[in-house]
Amino acid sequence: MTTIAELPPGFADKVLSAQSTFRSVMDAMARPGSVQRIVPMAGTPGPMMRGVAAIALTLFDHDTPLWLDARMAESSDVVKWLKFHTGAPVIQDSSIASFALIGDGALLPALERFALGTSEYPDRSTTLILQVDRLDAGQSFELRGPGIDGVATLRASIKPADLFERLRVNETLFPRGIDVVLVADDAVVAIPRTTRVVSKGS
Amino acid sequence: MTQQNNQQAQRKAAMAVLAHAEAGEIAARLRAFALPAHQDLRTPENGLVMLRGRVGGDGAPFNLGEATVSRAAVRLASGEVGFGYTLGRDGEKARLIALCDALVQSRDFSASVERDVIAPLREQLTIRRKQAAAETAATKVDFYTMVRGEG
Repeated sequence: MTTIAELPPGFADKVLSAQSTFRSVMDAMARPGSVQRIVPMAGTPGPMMRGVAAIALTLFDHDTPLWLDARMAESSDVVKWLKFHTGAPVIQDSSIASFALIGDGALLPALERFALGTSEYPDRSTTLILQVDRLDAGQSFELRGPGIDGVATLRASIKPADLFERLRVNETLFPRGIDVVLVADDAVVAIPRTTRVVSKGS
Repeated sequence: MTQQNNQQAQRKAAMAVLAHAEAGEIAARLRAFALPAHQDLRTPENGLVMLRGRVGGDGAPFNLGEATVSRAAVRLASGEVGFGYTLGRDGEKARLIALCDALVQSRDFSASVERDVIAPLREQLTIRRKQAAAETAATKVDFYTMVRGEG
């Protein structure tokens, strides 16, 4: 019997939902630190947030190897759902992944273990999709860089607490580096590799 | 195990009929059917499949060309998941096929969907095929070669 009893559905309207989600992620990338909303909703398997599920349905396909952290990988619902709806291969080797889904920030491995791209193809790096607690309250951060007029402030409660210190490697690696997408429920904030973040305390 | 094989055979047989039926015919049959609650697991989508051929039927395989296919997946409230694949771009037909496939697997609806939907469609299909075969047979021409004498 091919019963997949607990497999949640994908987008109700595939094309428009994917376009709208893509727009949110693109705006978030273009304006680092701004909080974008993801409107279209799909089913969410296991520990996956609805924003992450929508991003997965929009960006993942059979050409984008995925790396899952222990929190995501331990849920067979997540793995099955990703396979059914996106067809993206889930791999164990994080250094060749196009995307990494981090369900629990405390489990984030050292950033050097992900693909950093090459000088010829800096786009071949891993994009981290990190589930965080909140993107509307918590510690304050100051962001500077392309896409920001002067300084932008972001209030967020993020695990791991030293995420932005660890992302300093982007300064020396450029044009290589890691892009990060933070998701809390339906809110999205992107920290591309060009953004410099300074913690201001709470 | 045999029960599983039986069901697989039943689904195969149903699929063989549904794939050749018109979307309108399936919809008309299903309209008279008391459908259980269901939702689209995968909304209908179009894609391409590579068709492979073999020279003379048993030669080396080669890529003949691509054909459009539509697919969909439907889940009944009771948990059965049906899949529908069909040639062409008729997404609604793929969805109806997926729905029928899910019904065939359901214990409560398996018999009634076979009786009210698939059997009548199969009958129509057989009639249509017989008719086409008869029309073709009417224009059959027999060729034969007379043996020519040597020299």
